[in-house]
Amino acid sequence: MTQEIKKLTPKDYKSDQEVRWCPGCGDYAIMNSIQKAMAELDYKKEDVAIISGIGCSSRFPYYMSTYGFHSIHGRAAAIASGVKTANPNLHVWQISGDGDAMAIGGNHFIHAIRRNIDINMIIFNNEIYGLTKGQYSPTSPLGKKTKTSPFGTVEHPFHPGELVIGSQGKFFARTIDYNVKLSTDIFILMAKHKGTSVVEVLQNCVIYNDGCHAMLTDKEHKEDRTIVLKHGERMLFGKEKDRGIILDGLKLRVVKLSPGGFTENDLLVHDAHENNPGIHTMLANMRYPDYPVALGVIRDITSVTYDESVANQIDKIKKNAKFKSMRDLIYSGNTWEIKE
Amino acid sequence: MSTNDILKEKEQVVIRFSGDSGDGMQLTGMQFSDTSAFFGNDVSTFPDYPAEIRAPQGTVGGVSGFQLHFGHYEVNTPGDYADVLVAMNPAALMANLNWVKKGATIITNEDTFTDKNLEKAGFESNPIKDHQRDYHFIEAPISTLTKECLKNFELDGKSVLRTKNMFALGMVYWLFDRPLKYTEHFFEEKFTSKPLVIEANKKVLRAGFNFANTIEALPRSYKVAPARIQPGTYRNISGNTATAWGLIAAAEKANLPLFCGSYPITPATEIFQELSRRKDMGVKTFQAEDEIAGICTAIGAAFAGNLAVTTTSGPGLALKTEATGLAVMTELPLVIVNVQRGGPSTGLPTKTEQSDLLQALHGRSGEAPLVVIAASTPSNCFDFAFQAARLALEHMTPVILLTDGFIANGSEPWRLPLDSDYPDIHVPHATPEDENYQPYKRNNEKLIRQWAIPGMKGLEHRIGGLEKMDKTGNVSYVPENHELMTRYRDEKIKRVAQYFPDIKLKGDENADLLVIGWGGTYGHLYSAVKELRKQGKKLALLHFNHLWPLPRNTEEILGRFDKKVVCELNMGQFADHLKVNIPHFECEKFNKMQGLPFTIIELMNKFNQLLEEK
Ligand code: SF4
Repeated sequence: MTQEIKKLTPKDYKSDQEVRWCPGCGDYAIMNSIQKAMAELDYKKEDVAIISGIGCSSRFPYYMSTYGFHSIHGRAAAIASGVKTANPNLHVWQISGDGDAMAIGGNHFIHAIRRNIDINMIIFNNEIYGLTKGQYSPTSPLGKKTKTSPFGTVEHPFHPGELVIGSQGKFFARTIDYNVKLSTDIFILMAKHKGTSVVEVLQNCVIYNDGCHAMLTDKEHKEDRTIVLKHGERMLFGKEKDRGIILDGLKLRVVKLSPGGFTENDLLVHDAHENNPGIHTMLANMRYPDYPVALGVIRDITSVTYDESVANQIDKIKKNAKFKSMRDLIYSGNTWEIKE
Repeated sequence: MSTNDILKEKEQVVIRFSGDSGDGMQLTGMQFSDTSAFFGNDVSTFPDYPAEIRAPQGTVGGVSGFQLHFGHYEVNTPGDYADVLVAMNPAALMANLNWVKKGATIITNEDTFTDKNLEKAGFESNPIKDHQRDYHFIEAPISTLTKECLKNFELDGKSVLRTKNMFALGMVYWLFDRPLKYTEHFFEEKFTSKPLVIEANKKVLRAGFNFANTIEALPRSYKVAPARIQPGTYRNISGNTATAWGLIAAAEKANLPLFCGSYPITPATEIFQELSRRKDMGVKTFQAEDEIAGICTAIGAAFAGNLAVTTTSGPGLALKTEATGLAVMTELPLVIVNVQRGGPSTGLPTKTEQSDLLQALHGRSGEAPLVVIAASTPSNCFDFAFQAARLALEHMTPVILLTDGFIANGSEPWRLPLDSDYPDIHVPHATPEDENYQPYKRNNEKLIRQWAIPGMKGLEHRIGGLEKMDKTGNVSYVPENHELMTRYRDEKIKRVAQYFPDIKLKGDENADLLVIGWGGTYGHLYSAVKELRKQGKKLALLHFNHLWPLPRNTEEILGRFDKKVVCELNMGQFADHLKVNIPHFECEKFNKMQGLPFTIIELMNKFNQLLEEK
């Protein structure tokens, strides 16, 4: 008698809790993409642990029917690190906002990446503090006027990709909230990558930072202002597919293709698997209007993970261990007998 | 054996080895204490590390000491004042002169007592001349004799001089009529691949022994007969190692993997280091980027179903505050070990104090009760670490275990427990595929929730720091629910007292003075009470290991005595804690804030004074 195991659908990953984000918030679309990706990945619900910190996006675990932990501000990466190290069989996904990951949680963020623990981190980047109602974040652009910067910020923002790669990140990708197809594809690649994978999702906060990514989502211009990178493909973009990226000396340069001028064959071929982070950092740092903003998987290299190394080391040492139990341990070394 | 015919019997002796931090005094002291323990004495030791790691050679700041107390009856402390001091240089003498008894024997390394070194140590004149009448000085040219002894060895000058501590040890072995074989054996084990070093150390040790035998400067030798000790197998153990092992034993008993997320901090680091060594026992250690990540990785591991631990000292506990509240809210089992040191702030990292009690009890936002227990001797750190883990698991709560720099670094013989000596641990796991599982449904007896672990099918649920709806665990802002949950969390911890043993009185039932203490001061309080009772005075000791909740019979016992004194190494935190929780409780207080343990003498003086007051 064979029992048919029903494949889970995206809906199955939804919990019974009412979703409380503002209507129109970019988070809804991201959640859809994540649920689609999980269904596609054929995840068993009981094997998924979603860990978040604090912020609008961090409410995420409550809306999922998997295991979940809504923790404290900034600590999601540390808690997720503990979960994955304790049980490497779980699929550990971390949801953080830009403030959670890169301000209060910056230290945990970079160290988790450095260790290469197999956690899937999704950073909802709306360049603002939404939950506390509109203060600037570590990714708000210089000069941004917010409630705590009424005359414009005087701080330079972090660029998540640069920070990830600078922390020896092995996987970095970028997507935009509304593009469910692209996000789902990226989340699947992220999940399949072993080690810390970070996906920056450009997310719109309709209430406190509406239109923060409008330049890139504008229907008329989005294809001219973004480039979707694919491993092994030439860096070609634009509504008319008439522009591309070349390496000019030590810099990237946008060129227009024309007969007699640059042709497709002159364009860079994206190699996400290249160990050297140079080009990846430049791609991650491309900013409009000088460059199109890079979407897709920018960097995807493999390396041994922390959780695997811990487990392997223990296995190896246990094999040759003198002590198999507490009793062996306490009776080892210098002991002596006191007789009646 | 010694050629000296008259061996003077002594009941107990305190020896302090001291020298520059590079002089190997810790090792020398440990050798003497191991030898004495093998010999059958009861021993208690305490290392006194230099306050500054890179203090210049020959200065008081760089002096490292090791005190040990051994006797032929029960020894409960490393002793107040030394009978014998070994001072490898003038700075060591300067640092310790206040800690030796009048008439004590002081062995000095004569070679180091140059004008320059005396000045460096802060002496204006030669202390040996100045104190000729107060102490019995033995001036031995230890460096010269060590070099002489090894002149035919192919060792460089540095390696030769490194063995001079063994010359001093040999002298002290002769003084107390100790066999050399244990230390010789130790060399053989430690330097297996360096036969030359083994021979050199053996030769120098024996040279020191023979030198002491030969010189007339040593008029007597002491003998301390073996103690009457409970039969069993013993080993020497420090509080920090015992703590680490207690946690491993609990994990084994509960059949759970052990996870420790920590950040190095004095004086707790040794627990983390020992756990890191124990990969052979399957322990997972995570050296976090900071104290906060230490506890957060542990909370993650607890969520994932491990026995989770984080180890720290006072400033680290402060950093863990918010996450501790998360563990209270999510009702996950977690052990937080705080090895207390002098505070506030960086304070006195290498010194002892009991000043984190109120932080442990109350140092969190909101109403955040948890269990607080304390170990009271180096070896019972094992029992209380085990117990902390058991309580955390069985009551689904964070537990703070308080030890302190004194018992953490101190060591004593430990009678090894049998497997049957420690109780079973019943982990309240949820049953997989329980269709009615609710993450915050409580059992009636302990008010605990059931622990469902990711990976268990059908029990998927969400927890977090936001207030939880009773039973369902959904986020809730309902006012009455918050009050209900606050009361549940409080009552859940109070009920833990039902699982504590009653606290026991030591001493006279009709005592004229009840001495009250907690944690690492046990040895000193017990010894002082014992001494005075020997003199015919009526005293009793009530010593607490369970700090919150308090043992159920606390109020009843305290009510029996009129005159009470609470002794602690802080400004009176436990006395205040009792005043808040025990109706009509009044007491005298005896407090010390010097980064040092009590001395038995000062306790006896205080108790005598209180006994005389009408
Ligand atoms: S405040 Fe902004 S980010 Fe937060 S839920 Fe509303 S729209 Fe989304």
